[in-house]
Amino acid sequence: MSTAVPAEATPRLGRFRRSPDSVGAGRLGRSRRFVLLGAAFAFVLVAWEAVKWLGGVPWRFPNALGLGVDVFHDPPFRWPFASDLNLPHWWEILGALAAPVQRNQEASLAEFLFGAALYTWREAGIGFVVGALLGLTLATVFVHSGLLERAFVPYVVASQTIPILALAPMIVLAFGQSVISVVIIATYLTFFPVTIAMIRGLRSPDPRALELMRSYAASRWAVYRKVRLPASIPYLFTALKIAATASIVGAIIGEGPGGIPNGLGIAIINFNTQYITAPEKLWAAILASALLGIAFFALVRVAELVALRGRPAATEG
Amino acid sequence: MTTALAERRVPGGPPRESRVARWVGRAWFYLPAVVVFVGTIALWEIVVRNVQIRAFPLPAPTQIADALQQNWSAGRWPLSKAATATLFEAIGGLAIGTTAGIGVAFVTARFTTARELLLPLSIGAGAVPIIAFAPLMNNWFGVLNPLSKMMIVAVLVFFPVVINMIRGLTQVDPAALELMRSYASSEWAILRKLRVPNALPYFFTALKVGTTLSLIGAIVGEYFGGSSEVLGRVIVQSASALRFDVTWAAIVLSAATGIVFYLAVVAIERLVIPWHASVRGHEP
Amino acid sequence: MTSEASPTPDSVVRIAGLDKVFSRDGRVVTTALQGIDLHIRRGEFVSLIGPSGCGKSTLLRLIGDLTEPTSGTVTINGKPAPQARRDRDYGMVFQAPVLFDWRTVEDNVKLPLELMGYDRRRREARAHEMLELVELGEFLHHHPYQLSGGMQQRVAIARALAFEPSILLMDEPFGALDEMTRERMNQEVLRIWERTGITVVFVTHSIPEAVFLSSRVVVMSARPGRITDVIEIDLPRPRDVETREQPRYFERITDVREALRRGGGGSEPGDIASSDRAMAEGGIG
Repeated sequence: MSTAVPAEATPRLGRFRRSPDSVGAGRLGRSRRFVLLGAAFAFVLVAWEAVKWLGGVPWRFPNALGLGVDVFHDPPFRWPFASDLNLPHWWEILGALAAPVQRNQEASLAEFLFGAALYTWREAGIGFVVGALLGLTLATVFVHSGLLERAFVPYVVASQTIPILALAPMIVLAFGQSVISVVIIATYLTFFPVTIAMIRGLRSPDPRALELMRSYAASRWAVYRKVRLPASIPYLFTALKIAATASIVGAIIGEGPGGIPNGLGIAIINFNTQYITAPEKLWAAILASALLGIAFFALVRVAELVALRGRPAATEG
Repeated sequence: MTTALAERRVPGGPPRESRVARWVGRAWFYLPAVVVFVGTIALWEIVVRNVQIRAFPLPAPTQIADALQQNWSAGRWPLSKAATATLFEAIGGLAIGTTAGIGVAFVTARFTTARELLLPLSIGAGAVPIIAFAPLMNNWFGVLNPLSKMMIVAVLVFFPVVINMIRGLTQVDPAALELMRSYASSEWAILRKLRVPNALPYFFTALKVGTTLSLIGAIVGEYFGGSSEVLGRVIVQSASALRFDVTWAAIVLSAATGIVFYLAVVAIERLVIPWHASVRGHEP
Repeated sequence: MTSEASPTPDSVVRIAGLDKVFSRDGRVVTTALQGIDLHIRRGEFVSLIGPSGCGKSTLLRLIGDLTEPTSGTVTINGKPAPQARRDRDYGMVFQAPVLFDWRTVEDNVKLPLELMGYDRRRREARAHEMLELVELGEFLHHHPYQLSGGMQQRVAIARALAFEPSILLMDEPFGALDEMTRERMNQEVLRIWERTGITVVFVTHSIPEAVFLSSRVVVMSARPGRITDVIEIDLPRPRDVETREQPRYFERITDVREALRRGGGGSEPGDIASSDRAMAEGGIG
């Protein structure tokens, strides 16, 4: 179902408008998007407390906010997941972030988590780069040799069905409790999306462009450098965005068995054991890992915008 | 005046061949992969038997096969039962996550403001590493309750489903939209007759991704706690008991289950959308 | 030989003082059409021809209410264009068939009938009748991908006629086909036109096609888009392969070509030749 829509026509598309001429695109749209993002965030906060208002444990806040007002409320329902243990008030999470991470330490939880996140990010970053290079290499090999592709791609795909969490302790046994083990695990999770996307990307150039290169008697290497690689960049970035979050997941998963004391992985495991006494800490750690994932994703997105100035992004990775 | 006889277009490729020829062609296509598989297993077996690998607990394939057979339904870790239980969690979670994802996709595709609100939240949900919210779900729904693992899977699967469904519902041929407008059809009719069928291939893409994700998610959830008759617990317990042959048997079984699950969805896809180019055999 | 069309009570399409301007952020970007006056009588076959950018496709869309005029009026069957669209007075065929991959040929033709509330028996009957009309009766249960381009386009025509509109709008429907198939399809369209008595507005890039098919050829020019000439085609009907060999056929082609050149559509002699070549390659929108 392909078509050539006359360039002079602007169809009226109604509410599913996707044409770039729609109102709200451009500079006005960007500030609108920020406002909506803020609204989304506020919506989450309000909904969070609304759920607790309806089904949490009784609210007992004498002298709330120091304003001399007592807030006592008995929710009409009892939902186990909305209790203070399972769903702490978000201001309590914020409070825990500001409070010291441990009784005898000065650093606040926020500082601690920030440091842990940066540490994890370093490991994830190495795994990201190694995994991306590995994926690119594999894709290059597969695109140039149909035989090798048919032989090995099923196993590349199957590799992702093996729970890395199960292999992690064994990797640690082999490579020791070090950053290397964590990097290997992060690489394992990142190479797959890059490989698959680059196979498609390196094959994406118009066959006529390839024919043109052939008429110049260009070598395969030249074709690769001048046609295939540039054509694959949009696909690469789509995969890198997935790989970014995957590398962080890999790093966090690896840190536990890997015995890395400084990262988010151990923090999550520790806070999980402390959950009964201080549930806010685990929530704070979850928030930190989510923010780390989003930040890395955004970084790759910025790099994508720079690299793809003027080119459309690939639609499917 | 009659027009010329129908021009029948054969979608590329050689003329109709006999059934046998087609099966032979298919076998030839998969031969390299089979060779690699057999070769790797053989090499593995030889290496493990002759070289003492102290560092990495790697039993020989024959040992793994033995463990698989011996522990299939008996012993401390009945593997078939564990695989069934884990698969049950995976399917349940996939169902929940897919339903939620489709619902959200419909809402965000229909109302652009909703989309700009919910999409960043969905991306955020996708960015949280599973390892962070797995313990949370266990705490919420009860560590022994399969529902906790299902919820972990649901969250994991939610994001790919939303993304793909939104794409499927909105990335419609503009000419087809114009056609529907020329019929003065309502938004609801456009949704039913154009967007939804258009979105089916995207739905199956998400579902295929979801099969492997769901199994991984269930196992990771079990890693953090669960009844002992699930694959994740079997892996943890057998490893700590140093019975690595059982551990590897469980790993192999989980991979095999994931692959079978994936192929099942591919088979369903062939039945539901035989008209799509990728199903007809053209590489997308 | 040219003539101006004058409004009669029998005018199915009446366009007066039509302007269409595309603007972004309040700034005028393109004047697609300026000061268009056109009347089309019931049962006529009218072609719109002109170089790229002359607005012929936009004019067709304005008739079909797929876009709004900046000023001026479009009256179809005595009604404003939006009303005519809601009343399903016309059927459209685009350059691409735009069939739904997931529906069989028969179901594709039934699509507008489902939307317009025809009951099942009538849907079945109409679909079969239309597919017989375009001589695809044996392909009811095929899928679009199993048909050639020409056949798909015939399905699109069957679909456009399914709900018995009074007007058929065709936007370069054969632009993507090769020359031989195109000539065959021209014959098809004429046959259908004679059978149904429908009014046809046909946009094309091809001078021979316009002359072969039409009662009148409306010549347009670009920058800004306007009608520069209307040429009456006095070839006898029914027209067939032999018509393409008559001297008068070539005379009318020359008339249209010269009208195009006069209007500024292809100021160099080479321009028309290159647009002919472009047509042969499959039409550029």
